Amino acid sequence: MVSERGLGGSINVQNVRRVFKDVGGKEIVALDKVDLDVRPGELVSLIGPSGCGKSTLLRMIAGLDYPDQGALYLDDERITGPHFTRGLVFQDPTLFPWLNIHDNVATGLVARRIPRDQRLQVMDYLKLVGLEGFEKSYPHELSGGMAQRAALARALVNQPKVLLLDEPLGALDAFTRMTMQDEIIKIWQERGTTMILVTHDIDEAIYLSDRIIVMTSRPGKIQEVIEVPLGRPRERNHPDFLLLRSKILEILHFAKEGESLSYYL
Amino acid sequence: MSLENGKSTSVLTRVMTQRRFQATLILPLIILLIDLVIHLNLPNKQSFTTTRYYPALLEILIIIYSAILIFSTKVRRLYERLLEKAPLLMAVFMLVEIWDVVTLKLKLLPLPYFPGPDKVLNALFTDWSLLGLSTLYSLRLLFTGYIIGALIGLVAGILMGWSKKWNYWITPLLKVIGPVPAIAWIPIALVVFPTSFWASVFIIAIAVWFPVAVMTSSGIANVQNAYFEVAKTLGATQKYLIFKVAIPAASPTIFIGLFMGMGSSFLTLIVAEMLGVKAGLGWYLTWAQGWADYSKVYASLIVVSVIFSSLITLIFTIKDRVLIWQRGLIKW
Repeated sequence: MVSERGLGGSINVQNVRRVFKDVGGKEIVALDKVDLDVRPGELVSLIGPSGCGKSTLLRMIAGLDYPDQGALYLDDERITGPHFTRGLVFQDPTLFPWLNIHDNVATGLVARRIPRDQRLQVMDYLKLVGLEGFEKSYPHELSGGMAQRAALARALVNQPKVLLLDEPLGALDAFTRMTMQDEIIKIWQERGTTMILVTHDIDEAIYLSDRIIVMTSRPGKIQEVIEVPLGRPRERNHPDFLLLRSKILEILHFAKEGESLSYYL
Repeated sequence: MSLENGKSTSVLTRVMTQRRFQATLILPLIILLIDLVIHLNLPNKQSFTTTRYYPALLEILIIIYSAILIFSTKVRRLYERLLEKAPLLMAVFMLVEIWDVVTLKLKLLPLPYFPGPDKVLNALFTDWSLLGLSTLYSLRLLFTGYIIGALIGLVAGILMGWSKKWNYWITPLLKVIGPVPAIAWIPIALVVFPTSFWASVFIIAIAVWFPVAVMTSSGIANVQNAYFEVAKTLGATQKYLIFKVAIPAASPTIFIGLFMGMGSSFLTLIVAEMLGVKAGLGWYLTWAQGWADYSKVYASLIVVSVIFSSLITLIFTIKDRVLIWQRGLIKW
C-alpha cells in the first residue's frame, strides 16, 4: 500500500554558510549562519524575498549544492550528495518529455534497478495524485497542474524520508494551486513524510505549514521561526489566519506594526 | 418550405463541388492520354528506332490511374489523397510529355546528350543487371561506411558532450579533420587501405563522422541541467544519466546529425566511385559517360534518385518512430 505512516526523517542544518561569486568575481553571501531543525513528519515552509537563499538551502538539503561551511544531516547522517531518500519537486515539473507518464513516475524505481515485478506501485501513486488513465500520455499532453501532479508522484514513488518542494505550485493558476495545496496536505497526512516547502506565497505557507521559517536576504539568514497554531483543516479567511498573515508581512517589512491588521483585512 | 429550400441548396452544392472535384481528378488521366497519342502519332525527328517501353509505361500508368480513380469513389481517404495529389501528378505527366516532344519529336536538344524518355527507359530495362549489380555494390559500400562513421560519431559526440576531458582531446581533432572534405582523403586512402572498397569505407565514414559527432556533442552538452538534477535526486547512477537522460534528451539533435551525415555520405559515395572504385553507381555513371551513352547516364541518375530518396524517407520514418514523444512539440 501507498500509505505507510512514519516514513518521515529529521533534517538538521548546522551553521551553514554558502558564498557565490558574481560575474565580476565579487563575493555574495547567499547563506550565513543558518541553523535549522526539522522534526520527523513535520511540514515546514521557507519564505522570504528573492535572493534570501531559501532555494539554495533546499538544494543543499537535496544534495545538489554544497555548503562552504557547516553541515547538513538527515537522521544524523551527513548529506554529501543527492539520494533518493530526499525527493525534490521543482517549480517546473521537469518531466522527461521522451517518457510517458507511467515511465516518468517509474524513473526512480528504474534508476535504482528495482525489479520490474516490484514496480507495480507506480499505478498506486498515479491514483494517489489523480492521474489514473493518463499513464500512456506524454508530458506535453498534460496541463500544468497535471504535470506537477506527475512530478509529485515521481518524487513519492521512491518513498522519500523527506520531500523537498521548491515553489512547486508557483507556476499554477490560483484555483489549481488551492486544489493542489489540499492534495499535498492529504498526502502529507496519509504518509507522514517530512516536507520542506519553499514558497513566496504567504497564504500558502500559512495554509500548509506547521512552522514557517522567515528568511531575509543579503546575507541570507533565518530571521524568525513562526509556529502556526491553527488546527486542520484550515480556513483561509479565519481571523487567526489573517492575523498570522499580517504578522509575517510585518516581519518582511511589507506592513507597519499596528496598522497592518485593518489594512490587510 | 424553408426545410425544402435548405435541402435543395445542399444538393446543389454537393453536385457543384463534386463536379469540380471530378475535373481535377480526371486531368492527370487526360494528360496521360494526350502523352500517348502524341508519342504514337507525331513523327520522330531524332533518328532512333523507338521501342514499346515508353508507350507501355504510359498505358500501364493509364490503367493504374483509372483503377485508383474508380476505387477513390468508394474509399474516402483515397479520394482526398488523390484530390490533393492530382495537380502534382498532372504536372509530372506534362513534364514527361514536354521531354518527349523537345527530344524525340522535335530534336530541339543536341544528341547524344539529351535522349528521349523511351531511350532512357530502354537503357533502364536492357541494362538492369549491370545497374542492379552497381546498386548493390553502392549500397554495400554506403551502409558499411555510414554505419561505421555514425557509430564513431555517436561515441565521440557522447564522450565530448559528457566529459570535459574527452572534449579537450577530441575537439581539436574534430576542428582540424572535420572541415576537410572527405573526398580529399582519396589519394591517401587508396594507398593506406589494401582494397579500394575499404578505402572508400574510410572516406565515407569520415564524411559521416563529423556532422554526427558535432551534433551529438552539442545536443548532449545542451541538455537542461534540471533533468540531470531530478534524475540524481531519484537515485540515478552515472550510467543512467548518460543512457536514459542525456541521450534521449539529445536525440532530436542527434537525428539532425545522422541526417546531415547521410547527405554527405551520398556525395562522398558517388565521388569515390567515380574516382577510384571500380564498381557501383558512381562508376556506372562515368562508365556510361565514357561511352557517350547518355541514356544510361540518365537511367543511373533515376536509380540514384530513387535509392537515395528512399533512404532519406527511411531515416525520417525511424526518426518519427523514435521521437514519437516529440509529436506536437518540435518539427524539423
